[in-house]
Amino acid sequence: MKALLDSFKPGLKDKEISPLQFFGKHGISVALVLCVVIFSLATENFLSADNFLTVVMQASIIGTIAIGVTFVVIGGNLDLSVGSLLSFATVLVVDLHDKVGPGMAIPLMFVFTLLIGSINGFLIGYLRLNSLIVTLGMLSAIQGITLVYTGGKNVDISDQENTWFAFFGREEIFGIPVPALIFIVLGIILQIVLLKTGFGRKIFAVGGNETAALFSGLRRKRLVFSTYLLSAFTTACAALILGSRVMGSQNNVGEGYELLVLAGVILGGTSLLGGSGSIVRTVIGVLILAMIQNGLLLLGYPYYTQWLVTWVVIIVAVWLDIAAKRGKLLSSY
Amino acid sequence: MKSIFDIITKQPIWIFVLICIIFFSFSSPFFFDLSNFTNILIQASTIGVIAIGMTFVMINGNIDLSVGATVALAASLAVGLQPQLGITGAVFVGLLSGVLIGGLNGIIAWKTGVDAFIVTLGAMIGVRGLVFIYTGEQSFYAHDLAYSDFGASSLFSVPVLALIFIFLIILSHLVLKYTIHGRNVFAVGGNRIAAKEAGIRVGPHMLVNFILIGFLAALSGVLLSTQMGASTPNLGRNYELWTITAVVLGGTRLTGGYGSIIGTFGGVLAIAILRNGMNLLQVPSFFVLIILGSILIIVLFIDKRFSEQQGHGVRA
Amino acid sequence: MSTQAEMTESTELSSEQKPLLRLKNVSKCFPGVKALSGVSLDVRAGEVHALLGENGAGKSTLMKILAGIYQPDEGEVILEEKLVHMSSPLEARDHGVLLIHQELSLVPDMTVAENVFLGNIPRFANMFVNNRHLNKRCEEILTRLNCKFKPTERLGNLSIANQQMVEIARALVFQPKVVVFDEPTASLTDYEKVVLFDVIRELREGGTGIVYISHRMDEIFELSDRISVLRDGTYQGSFDTPKTDIDEVTQRMIGRDLDSDIAHQPPELGVMALQVNGLGIEGLYSDISFDVYAGEVVGFYGLVGAGRTEVMETIFGLRKPDAGSVKVHGEELAINSPTDAIDQGLGLVPESRKEQGLVLGMSCKDNTTLANIIEFTKFGWVDTVAEKKVFEEYKEKLRIKCPGWEYSTLNLSGGNQQKVVIGKWLSTSPKILILDEPTRGIDVGSKSEIHHLIRELAKTGLAVIVVSSEMPEVLTVSDRIVAMYDGKITKCFDRSEVTEDTLIKAITGQSV
Repeated sequence: MKALLDSFKPGLKDKEISPLQFFGKHGISVALVLCVVIFSLATENFLSADNFLTVVMQASIIGTIAIGVTFVVIGGNLDLSVGSLLSFATVLVVDLHDKVGPGMAIPLMFVFTLLIGSINGFLIGYLRLNSLIVTLGMLSAIQGITLVYTGGKNVDISDQENTWFAFFGREEIFGIPVPALIFIVLGIILQIVLLKTGFGRKIFAVGGNETAALFSGLRRKRLVFSTYLLSAFTTACAALILGSRVMGSQNNVGEGYELLVLAGVILGGTSLLGGSGSIVRTVIGVLILAMIQNGLLLLGYPYYTQWLVTWVVIIVAVWLDIAAKRGKLLSSY
Repeated sequence: MKSIFDIITKQPIWIFVLICIIFFSFSSPFFFDLSNFTNILIQASTIGVIAIGMTFVMINGNIDLSVGATVALAASLAVGLQPQLGITGAVFVGLLSGVLIGGLNGIIAWKTGVDAFIVTLGAMIGVRGLVFIYTGEQSFYAHDLAYSDFGASSLFSVPVLALIFIFLIILSHLVLKYTIHGRNVFAVGGNRIAAKEAGIRVGPHMLVNFILIGFLAALSGVLLSTQMGASTPNLGRNYELWTITAVVLGGTRLTGGYGSIIGTFGGVLAIAILRNGMNLLQVPSFFVLIILGSILIIVLFIDKRFSEQQGHGVRA
Repeated sequence: MSTQAEMTESTELSSEQKPLLRLKNVSKCFPGVKALSGVSLDVRAGEVHALLGENGAGKSTLMKILAGIYQPDEGEVILEEKLVHMSSPLEARDHGVLLIHQELSLVPDMTVAENVFLGNIPRFANMFVNNRHLNKRCEEILTRLNCKFKPTERLGNLSIANQQMVEIARALVFQPKVVVFDEPTASLTDYEKVVLFDVIRELREGGTGIVYISHRMDEIFELSDRISVLRDGTYQGSFDTPKTDIDEVTQRMIGRDLDSDIAHQPPELGVMALQVNGLGIEGLYSDISFDVYAGEVVGFYGLVGAGRTEVMETIFGLRKPDAGSVKVHGEELAINSPTDAIDQGLGLVPESRKEQGLVLGMSCKDNTTLANIIEFTKFGWVDTVAEKKVFEEYKEKLRIKCPGWEYSTLNLSGGNQQKVVIGKWLSTSPKILILDEPTRGIDVGSKSEIHHLIRELAKTGLAVIVVSSEMPEVLTVSDRIVAMYDGKITKCFDRSEVTEDTLIKAITGQSV
């Protein structure tokens, strides 16, 4: 417990803190609170326990993926292939469910998803190719693979009522939806890994200064490789949730997810340059996005309005974060 | 005046283009044909026009992920407003929307200091929202047939769309090489701090480039809608992917400070030729995706090997 | 506290020697730090005025005020009898005051001419580049500076020394009245220094006022007309160079007498720790063979580019050799990466502490345990209590000045940053420690501390290699000296038999 609470501490100390800097360090939590306040004032149902669970449910898919992607970003790289990987994994697990049963489908899905993740890890970690371009390329390659696999058709689970596969997306434990549980548990575990293990420390080092990490004997290639395995793993978990919820899938169900995941990570304050970040903050970022979506829906706006709001929120959030570090609001170009 | 040989060795993508042309000419009887080539040019122009702007932006050290969404916005406005404003008015508004989006991105990047990646990522999400709000998720159709006639028209038996593309390629190449603004693109991209200290006003300079790409993305959207005689709200999805791919294939460095329009042109053609060729050979579309994704990765790898041999680098 | 007039021991000013640039009572504060207080200084036309001071003395702040990067909180800057406010480097440039940094502000992918005229390119109609004019005017300036390269060459292809010349050429375009040089010889060979000094002297003849900031006493005494000293942000006096000596200015700089004499007894040697045989990488160095025993310090001396760093990087597993072998404690084991090297008991304090030695964004404690995290982890879990203990140990032993274990290394001074790096490697308990330019850019006080430390380490049984480009340093720390030139070992000396003369000959390729 202490470890978890520890992780809320701001981290590195550095000189005195001005109001702008305080906001920069804790701004994300402030934003979360603000969100809750605004929406609960504007709508009737926002603060109900029911609604809260809905929000966490919505956030669980993006959030689960974002947890793994946070590791990649802290390590100094990007992963834009998670969206199509989600499509691939969801389609695979749903399709295999009817063919070999959920007991085999799930492990197989994990294996293949991790395999793809290891391709990313190999190209970026071992061959040291640029992660933006590689994962962009993989985005389209995986899309192609998914199309090949399905032959362009949608997949469905035939007997949706009687399968234990529904557990992941549709059941509850002690009143908490399983997707939310998966999300939260993964989040806690990986936050502890990030802050308290040697592995986590090394990821920060590789992302902070790759050359210094090399000179200090860290195995950069292996570390970067493992971050991509992690993001593939969390994507597979998300596919589990998604497939179980919807019990069917189109080819491109995950399209656009990579953006929302990235938006959540950025909103959470993790720097795209690498070397800093935290799972907790990513979770908060994703929750804020989910709250925006939820709040706007409650207010009666169509689903695409959230994109507009997300745009503004991201820019403002990052701006304030940068301004806090800089000490003043405007940049001096 | 550089010889053709010089151009080819400096931008190896043209060797690849040549190889593709030779390969497809032998593999398919339909490939080596004038009307097929003009087709390729027109197909290339959609991404190609945007890639011109992306070249400026990337040499500058930035990136623009919102181009796809801008394509959709401009197309939707250019078609959707025709009943109220007529073709000219609607097209004008469509193009203006690109200028405004680009300007917005540029001002945000300038004044807040937020990195272009994040600024345009936000715009990518938000502008798509604008498109959906404006169109209400509907496709629009241009009822005035003159609109789609334009898309199919030719001048001196060359399709107008292809002419516009070639014209823009030549113009932008000259601007990049011979104007002060063009030189500044390299300076700001090569060493932003040095450029700033030398008196180059970096903020306004970047703003100009963002407006440029915004305009070109809008132009591409408008031209695309003249070909279809319509606009759809999901237009332009993944365009940023292909545009960046083409620019990187053409030799422009992701880190900025180095690149060329000729190279980008080669990259755009390479993708278009591959698509066209594989289509003629009736390669299923999912394979096309896989192949294109893989080529990008191979190109990256070769480029890395090439630049590593140049210096005696520390072992990776 | 003596007055300004009493402290200035320079000659009376004649009317021709009226100061070109004057700083009157300049003060500058940053949060928590008073960088400059009441500094008054003047620079005359046609003089080379050296500025001396330890790191943190305020030289950098003063320089940046001159260059318009900072503005003084108090005090005035007077240029040619007129009060000026330089609120940006551009304004400073317009007034004729230019700074030549250590970090070159050049664009590697553009041509020399484009760099010389960066921001200022000759043009038609305010829009188009006038290439002919550009290259012609550039050619003129390059000739004046005796440069052999062409205006159309890509800047990135030039050597560092030549790039620096381009930077100077750029300054000349603006016909500056005052030029400030900040540690210009840091990456130059002795020959290149000669060329630079000629250029500086020429500028001086032309009436330009030159401010020369450096740690290198020999250069200062060779080149300058006057020396001014700063200490802790205050002005400590100006001296006519011919009338003073190193001891006097050092004393003003530090406020105490430095004990720079390190007694040299023959070292007590232990086992042969490192044996290098016939090591070579094509194009970098060849046929490198030497031994290092436990208990001794071997200094590698040579010009920049002699290949010393590359040899050390190979031994440490960062580069793959084409030929030769490395034996550690008699066993030849493949060292393919720094990980292997560390396992074998090797440590490398690298040349560039910011780029290769530290993860600046991480805390002092985390940086200290970085090479050795596994010692602090049980089943993957990091024992931060043990980490903190180790850090505090080294903080005390090495006298590292930092606010606390949890503060980032970003804002430490160069000397303290270097100490953290050294602490990091010491905590791996190496048997062989290589230090590459360990005191580059570090103030005299920390320098001396590190030299003493190196001698101590050898006494405790480590085999130590020090790569250095500074003769005094090499002579101070080493028991034996290996001279390298152009990728080869030219001669090995024992400390007792070396002379400055023979050393210089050995590293410049002359027969010894």
